[in-house]
Amino acid sequence: MGYSKQQLLALLQDLQIEFSQCEHPVVMTVEDQGKYVGSMEGRLCKNLFMKDKKHRFYIVSALADTKVDMKVLSQRLGLGKGGLRMAPEEALIEILQVPLGSVTPFALVNESARDVSLLLDKGIKTQERCIFHPLSNDMSISLNSDGLDTFLKSTGRDPSYIDLEANPTVGKDQPPDLAAFVPSGSTVLPDPPEQAVSVQSASGNHDIANSKPKAVAEKTVKPSNNVHSVTHKSANALKPSSCFTDAEKFVEEIMDRISARVLTETKEDSIKQNGEELGTEIADRLRKCCCSELKNLATIFWNTAYTEGFHAGKASSLR
Amino acid sequence: MDKKEENTEEQVVNPWEVSSSGGKIDYDKLIDKFGCQRFDQSLVDRVQRLTGRPPHVFLRRGVFFAHRDFNEILDAYERGEKFYLYTGRGPSSEALHLGHLIPFMFTKYLQDAFKVPLVIQLTDDEKCMWKNLSVEESQRLARENAKDIIACGFDITKTFIFSDFDYVGGAFYKNMVRVAKCVTYNKVVGIFGFTGEDHIGKVSFPPVQAVPSFPSSFPHLFSGKDNLRCLIPCAIDQDPYFRMTRDVAPRIGYHKPALIESSFFPALQGENGKMSASDPNSAIYVTDSGKVIKNKINKYAFSGGRESVELHRKLGANVEEYGAGRMLTGEVKQRLTQVLTELVERHQTARSAVTDEMVDAFMSVRPLPNMFN
Repeated sequence: MGYSKQQLLALLQDLQIEFSQCEHPVVMTVEDQGKYVGSMEGRLCKNLFMKDKKHRFYIVSALADTKVDMKVLSQRLGLGKGGLRMAPEEALIEILQVPLGSVTPFALVNESARDVSLLLDKGIKTQERCIFHPLSNDMSISLNSDGLDTFLKSTGRDPSYIDLEANPTVGKDQPPDLAAFVPSGSTVLPDPPEQAVSVQSASGNHDIANSKPKAVAEKTVKPSNNVHSVTHKSANALKPSSCFTDAEKFVEEIMDRISARVLTETKEDSIKQNGEELGTEIADRLRKCCCSELKNLATIFWNTAYTEGFHAGKASSLR
Repeated sequence: MDKKEENTEEQVVNPWEVSSSGGKIDYDKLIDKFGCQRFDQSLVDRVQRLTGRPPHVFLRRGVFFAHRDFNEILDAYERGEKFYLYTGRGPSSEALHLGHLIPFMFTKYLQDAFKVPLVIQLTDDEKCMWKNLSVEESQRLARENAKDIIACGFDITKTFIFSDFDYVGGAFYKNMVRVAKCVTYNKVVGIFGFTGEDHIGKVSFPPVQAVPSFPSSFPHLFSGKDNLRCLIPCAIDQDPYFRMTRDVAPRIGYHKPALIESSFFPALQGENGKMSASDPNSAIYVTDSGKVIKNKINKYAFSGGRESVELHRKLGANVEEYGAGRMLTGEVKQRLTQVLTELVERHQTARSAVTDEMVDAFMSVRPLPNMFN
């Protein structure tokens, strides 16, 4: 069972971590949180819970006004462009075991989050104190980054802080600088009750998961040299995929592929080249390149549905 | 055409052997010798007009380069008379390579473009006899191969897959006997090169591969449609079976099957013959990872003349500006790697979605009410 707010606070006290706390109504954004924590010293932080296509999870914990560009991060992690997206609500609940709006590095106290990778903004180190939710967004605590480090070490992690705003070139001769932050253990989502077989689900683009959505994605994207622009195919290749037996998951898989494509097509030079026509240009290119791939997926879906019907028919005629 | 003649020829092309002492296969000579037609540009254009979609890259690039009576199929199609497709595979190994997928990829295009049904024969009995596999093993391989075939994207509402061990019998067997009665021992020796040492299983096999060309072999599908024409996409080394079939057909009152034939997917190393399942470096396998593919292309894909450039052309790339160099340039290789990797990944995704239940459904003797829609 996940830690409760009380249990976490007790743990912090046991670890002799000094912190101050302040209760307030449930808040879903940093902005709102800011209205209630004026009395506490400390800088507000935003926390993003993300996942990649291989269902590995990440918490990005940063000062509220540090710019976090998911595309750049994705490349720096070696996931290609568009490899990172917000994790769905179910993952929040199952892995971090915190309610919506409560993403916090303290969620890593939970066993279920042991394979989640933590990316800490070096800006946090520069502050006297920073403010986080203690597993629940009806309270905020403020503590020094040393205190945060002590906590993280108690969970068996080695805290390291990175420059989240950096945008180094990633390419053939410049390996992704954050590749070490990609979890190596596989995170197993508990099997959703209705699907017996598959471990992974082709999840969608839910923007729900994070509690501090302000200023997340930067508009301008600096294209890196030599980045392999091959659309990253999902790791479904060798596992039976439930996206062909479930219409919702099927559509999500299609949306994943299309959005990955749109992202690769929205490069700075194509924006410059096409300007207002970019939309039409992308729409055309999508048709050309995605059509046959999506038709193949649809055929698999169709064949799967027929197969189920066929066997159901056979079974029913045996009665 | 008899065996003696074949022996003095430089190249050997039959269902069990493809090689050329001179290096690469001379397809013009083959067309002459076999007596089929070139698939020319006017035919490609006609296909485009009739189907309302761009012709498949294999047609544009001459991978499927020869035919028999394809014009008649198109004439009938224009008159509103449909046809069905028949293709097959001899399941001799689990390891499928891209060369094996070629006819299936093309057949899928034909199914989609013309909206016609398809029967796929898995000649497990043939492999049991020729490769000396046990009956059970060849049946197992047939099912495994069926999964890769299904992964090519065939529409289950229009496709019937069958293995000889399961299906031979009934109307199918009756046609086999009708065909067998029309082919003398001498004739079959002449066509296939059997000797006195070959066992009688081999000698009596050819009708098995012939009769799927006749709609009456599939009463659950084509009952009452004895006039339905058949089009067979296959590699050109299968031509002997169908020369024999076409010879027999009018004598038993059936339409001659039409054929559309492909050349061989060149081996990576380029030189003789085709990709071979027995030489792992001559081919890209459907189970190869991106890394392996990249390695194979970089190490083994070699331009000893036209072969590898052919390979590349066939996948649609424009290599006209690439002159006659010794090695494929890095860029060309990179593009090739990318194309092949995408192909193989797509196949793997599809393959992983094929369950045993799906194979059972494809292989079940069942009507296909919407097969012409």
